[in-house]
Amino acid sequence: MSTPTTNAGPQFYEQTWDLSYKHALGETTSRFLGALTEGKILGRRCPECERVLVPARSFCDRDHCATTDWVEVGTTGVIEMFTVVYEPFKNLPAPPYALAYATLEGADTALVGYVRGLDLSDQRTAVAALAVGTPVVVRFSDDPTGTAADYWFEPAAGSN
Amino acid sequence: MSVPNVGVLGVGQTPYVNRRTDVTFPELVREGAQLALADAGVTIDDVDAVVFPLAPDALTGTGNGERWCIEALGAAGKPFMRVNNGGATGMSAIIAAWTHVASGEFDVVLVAGAERVSESGSAQSVLNKMWDVGYERPIPLNTITMLALSAVRYMHLYGCDETDFARVTVKNRRHAALNPVAHLREEVTVDDVLASRTLAWPIKLGDACPSSTGAAGAVLVSERYARAHGLDPAWIRGVGQNTETFWMNDRVGPKALQDHGDADALATAFQRAYAQAGLTDPTTQIDVAEIYAPFSSVELHVIEAAGLCGLGESPKRLAQGDFALGSAGTVVNPSGGVLCSNPIAVTGVARLAESVLQVKGRAGAHQVPDARVAVASAIGGDHQFYSTLVLSSDLEDIA
Ligand SMILES: [Zn+2]
Repeated sequence: MSTPTTNAGPQFYEQTWDLSYKHALGETTSRFLGALTEGKILGRRCPECERVLVPARSFCDRDHCATTDWVEVGTTGVIEMFTVVYEPFKNLPAPPYALAYATLEGADTALVGYVRGLDLSDQRTAVAALAVGTPVVVRFSDDPTGTAADYWFEPAAGSN
Repeated sequence: MSVPNVGVLGVGQTPYVNRRTDVTFPELVREGAQLALADAGVTIDDVDAVVFPLAPDALTGTGNGERWCIEALGAAGKPFMRVNNGGATGMSAIIAAWTHVASGEFDVVLVAGAERVSESGSAQSVLNKMWDVGYERPIPLNTITMLALSAVRYMHLYGCDETDFARVTVKNRRHAALNPVAHLREEVTVDDVLASRTLAWPIKLGDACPSSTGAAGAVLVSERYARAHGLDPAWIRGVGQNTETFWMNDRVGPKALQDHGDADALATAFQRAYAQAGLTDPTTQIDVAEIYAPFSSVELHVIEAAGLCGLGESPKRLAQGDFALGSAGTVVNPSGGVLCSNPIAVTGVARLAESVLQVKGRAGAHQVPDARVAVASAIGGDHQFYSTLVLSSDLEDIA
């Protein structure tokens, strides 16, 4: 028996995880997504704290009780927080894109979505146009896919 | 009812680097175990149970990697537990080990683990899978964007700007330059940070932690064991944990109880640890804070949650040189912190390890003079899981 004398250097094993899932979204989320095709944003009211939770949830995270009523909220609101992404991340969309949480008229919690309809190429002007408190309107896809990608926000006319 | 004292007899960390090609993942885990055991002056035969911090499987590309690491940890024939709480994983593992000892069931418990998330370029895609499948997954949220959103809230609440974030990086890089195990050890200026490319506004590359590879470990012992063997460990005096709601949606808006720009639930976790430790005034009683802040903006609200200054005051305090090595009060992240080294699964173990080195006067070039009391913290998920620890060099009252 002879001892190998060649140092082959570090070896590597490459792998890709390609896993598929089909998640059931349940009755509440399904109804919210269905309403998007009619141009409506739905919330659920908590009987304890009386908050209208948007997006619609079947129970209140604060009171741990079931929500009771469906509430259609408005399609105008204000930006609570935002970011503009300029860095590419593997398997995520190509930048730049803007994301925001906006509280809609009649809702007590904020909804997350893309913000479209503004030029993101200049960082300074993009950030100024998205400042906390900026009014936005919800737009709906003409070609809905039954997902939360069927709506997005745009700065309300005249808000710039 | 008083809580039993638990000692930290030894800690170990490998240098944090981009990649290690000379070892497999279990071999790296073993380095963390060996360093901790050697520092404690015990062998694996003295260990009663093992707790293993391991973050989400997809980050390292191993399914249930705890199986793979049993021999590396010397755990065969002993009770074993894996802990995963996202970014808080390492400190949650320490708290699980603390519970093992405080219960009276075990005298010597080993915590050791490793991270090599940098082997995958897909971390933010993995972390995107944290969000609600129906409402949030179609939106490309990840850990950078969630903390960019928080930073925007903080700026809105307190009127600070990107220069205030940059000062955090400048301080921590100066500290990391003195810490031989830190990953990013080059000093930078405010202008360097401001000129670095934007990842997700307002977070720039200079505001962000690296993806680190490395191992860390600790050996926890009962007071009974320490006394029987005449040992002089550092002592865990207080433990705090808290959990925050899943939905960022509910942390803004007219009826929000807590703001996504603050770290209110973490403040509660700190208060729980302080109460257990009998610590009444963090601003005068804490010498060192090793707090989890993977982005510069996060350190601002964690300093405030720790009670080291009032809400919104940390930018001004940093600008006047406070919280830095050489300043009079509490020194924050003398190791350079998570901003300079983030081996995710063991980042919380590293916070404990650095706190132990400080209160035992063993931190070398980044030692805070005469440090006796330290606080450590970790954050997991989208600001969901909070862990805090108070450590001291002895069992005298904290005054
Ligand atoms: Zn409620």
